[in-house]
Parts: sequence; structure tokens; C-alpha cells
Amino acid sequence: MNLTLKVWRQKNAQTAGKFVTYQAEGISPDMSFLEMLDVVNESLIHKNDEPIHFDHDCREGICGMCSLYINGHPHGPKRAITTCQLHMRTFHDGQTITIEPWRAAPFPVIKDLAVDRSAFDRIQQAGGYVSVNTGGVPDANEILIPKVIADEAFNSATCIGCGACVAACKNASAMLFVSAKVSQFALLPQGQPERYSRAQSMVAQMDAEGFGNCTNTGACEAECPKEISLTNISRMNNDYLSAKLFREEHAHENNG
Amino acid sequence: MSEFKQTFNSSLGKKLIMALTGLFLCTFIIVHLGGNLLLFSNDNGYGFNLYANFLTHFPPIEVVAYILYVAIIVHALYALIVTVKNRRARPVGYAVVNKSPASWSSKNMGLLGSILFFFLVVHMSDFWYKYKFTNDVAFKEYRTDLATNQTTESDYTPVSPTFEHSATVENNVEIVRVKDIHAKVAHSFSNIWYVILYVVAMGALSFHLLHGFQSAFRTLGWVHRKYTPIVEFVGTWLFAVIIPLGFAAMPVVYYFMSLSK
Repeated sequence: MNLTLKVWRQKNAQTAGKFVTYQAEGISPDMSFLEMLDVVNESLIHKNDEPIHFDHDCREGICGMCSLYINGHPHGPKRAITTCQLHMRTFHDGQTITIEPWRAAPFPVIKDLAVDRSAFDRIQQAGGYVSVNTGGVPDANEILIPKVIADEAFNSATCIGCGACVAACKNASAMLFVSAKVSQFALLPQGQPERYSRAQSMVAQMDAEGFGNCTNTGACEAECPKEISLTNISRMNNDYLSAKLFREEHAHENNG
Repeated sequence: MSEFKQTFNSSLGKKLIMALTGLFLCTFIIVHLGGNLLLFSNDNGYGFNLYANFLTHFPPIEVVAYILYVAIIVHALYALIVTVKNRRARPVGYAVVNKSPASWSSKNMGLLGSILFFFLVVHMSDFWYKYKFTNDVAFKEYRTDLATNQTTESDYTPVSPTFEHSATVENNVEIVRVKDIHAKVAHSFSNIWYVILYVVAMGALSFHLLHGFQSAFRTLGWVHRKYTPIVEFVGTWLFAVIIPLGFAAMPVVYYFMSLSK
């Protein structure tokens, strides 16, 4: 396969970037998208050009490190996969492929196609955990959890934090990510003590990072490689508004 | 107070305000359509004029009306604030337009809302403002013989410029004098540009509510396997089909009636 690539090249966050056109020649349809970029980079290195910088790690769709906005879709045109699982047979010979980095103010470009997603780490650190005392290993099934609830929580927990939801959203909103991280604990008994403080602190951090507002378009849900559902967002809205408007966070003052 | 301030300044708090004002406006248009269906009653505007008079002179409704105007302004203002923040969240756009499968209406709420806001300015300055604050709308006098329930109508010119309305009974004849907003409506709807504006605005209303009604419930966090399909059904058939069609039928029917005169 021979392809024309239009790739976003940007030296760093301070300098302006631009599209550069490359020819990818002799590409096997069985290659993954990242392997195709490896081939292009080999040829660039041979020509003493700077190779295209892009994020990747496990290359088996579980680490959430790869990104790339390919022809108008985060992680490319196929559903429920990451870029590393996208194969060149999805494209046809002679096709022009435009590759852009995730675009969002809280995700500044590090170089070329790699963006800094540490905003997600800071949101996680704000409350995406449960505080437990370590000790002896508890018996399995000591706390009974209905199957539906366990399934819902596990579905939320499959989020790999890649940022495709932000990239797909017309408002660059991080609500799908944050709501998945809030939901996975809010549904389970172990997450209850911090349920309402977690929702508040993670949303506060999300706002501080400068992500946009959710308008429920559903683009995030459609592009999520782990198919995290929009229901998570409503669940978080419910917890957050309940926390802010109806929960009492401090004990009443002792007037007696 | 600072806790509330923090709540309503958060992204979710702003969306809560938009959802609540939006749903309030949704309940309003049900009532507005219901009342305006009097335009279709074959009484040459008697029912409609009395209804308009009631709306503008019954104090509790006037209070609700001012809450309604505030809701419209707050909804539009917060839409603007939220949109500005959303634009800032993506300073550099994509070269290839996003092809993610999201409904057209959900991606164009701002455009649809702007059309509706422009429509509201024209609509309110033409009917509401002229009815309440000017003497442009003529008066009608309705005499109903209470024995036979026969109503006769005639033009009425008030003696004093501050005259608003009157309802009296003499010799078993009820005399009601109110502003003839019906004639004003019929006049406006005989203008084809007016009719086009109204029909386009109701198209915008349809798509705005097709997304907006169910989206408000999602923002409030009210999503449930049993009830969300009902919300979506009501949002689609009542708010995006029946209500806009009912409103759009008014200028269209009046336009064709004006042609046959």
C-alpha cells in the first residue's frame, strides 16, 4: 500500500506547528497504524530528518498511551479500539490520511503528535482513589455486591484514561473520563465513605484544568475505545449536585 | 453564601442553571400553545382577546411572566458564558472536522438558540410590547345578551388614553371592552416574511428541544433505564413535533386566511 500522510509537526508547546506531507510507501495492510508510522520514521531517519514524535507503549490496547486524531476520529475510524489496534487494511491504497494531536488547552503539545495528559493524573490524584487501612487479606465476597452493580462498576473501571473523549468532544470536555473514575467507586460499597467528597474534588480539579462543559452530544461515548457510556456522566452529575446542594459536610454546631 | 457561589460557578453548576431554566421554558411553551390554540376557534378573536386580557391583567400570572423573562435571559446568558469557556478549552482547532457520530441538533444548540433569541425579540416587540406599553392596538367591545348568549362585537374608541379594559353588566347585557390583539395577529400573519420567520423559528425550536429536553435530564443526573426512554419519547414527540407544529400552524393558517379575504 502507498499512502499520503498529512502529519502535524510542532517542535514544542511554545512554537507554532504546521502540517507536513509524507509518502508512506510499501506499507503492508497487516501492519498496525503505529507500525506504519515506525516505517515512515525509519525512512525519515535515513534521510537525516527528525522522526515523527508520537505516544505509544503497550501496543495491545490496554495502557491508554497511544492517541492520534486520524481523519476526524480519535483512535481512527473504527469503533472501540485504540490506535495501536487499528490496522492499515482499514484504509485503501492511495488514501490521504490526516494525523493530528489531541486538541485541548489542558493537553498542550509536547512535540508533534504527543500531548501532555498529566491534567488527567492531577484529576485522579484529587480524589480518584479509596482510602483503606491495609492489613490482613479480607475474605472474598465478604461484602456482597449485586451482579448488576458490580458489572456497572467494572464497565466504568475499564477507562484507560487515553483522552479520546476530550479529543472527540466539541467542547473539549473531560466529563466522560472524570465520570468513569467517579462512578467506579461511587457504585461500590468501598467507595461510599468518600463518594460525595470525591465527586466534588475531582470536578473542581477538572474545572481548574480548563476543560470545557458537557453538552451531552455523545461524541465521547461513540469514540471511547473502552465504550464507557454517557450514563456515567449523569451518575456523576447526580452525585455532584447532591453533594453540593443536599449533603451536610460538617457536623452541626453544638448549641447545648 | 460562598458555598452556593462556588457551586453555581462550577461547570456542573452552570449546566444545572441552564437545565432548570430550560425545563421551566419547556413548561411555559405547553401553556403558551394551549392558550394560543384559541386562535383556531371560529369566534373572530373573542376568546383569544379575552385570554390575552386575562394574561396581562391577572397579577399572579404577571409575576410568573417576569420570572419567565428572567429565565430566558439567564438561559441565554449562561449559554454564552459556557460557550466562551468551551471555545477557550480548544484554542487550536482540528484541520479535519470531527466525524464522531453526534446528532446535528446537539452540535448546533448555540446556533438554534440564537435563531430563537432573535425570534423572541421580534415576537415580543411586535405583540407583547405593543400590547402592554403602546396604544397601537385598537379596542373591541363585545356585548353578550345573557338571556340568549348572543355576542355582538363593535369597534370601541376609549375616551381616555389610559383606558385598559372594562367588564360591566347592564340590563342583562354583558359589555366587555378589551384590546383587539387578534386583529394585530391576523395583520402580522398576513405578511409572508413574518410567516417565514415564524416557521423557521419553530423549526429551530423543534431541533433545540429535540436535544435540549432530554439533555436537561442528563445534566440533572436523572437517567434511569425505565424513565429515560419516556423522557426521550416526550422530548421527541411532544416538544420537537407537536408543539412546534402547533405553533407553526398559526401563522400558516392565518396567512392562507388572509389570502382568501
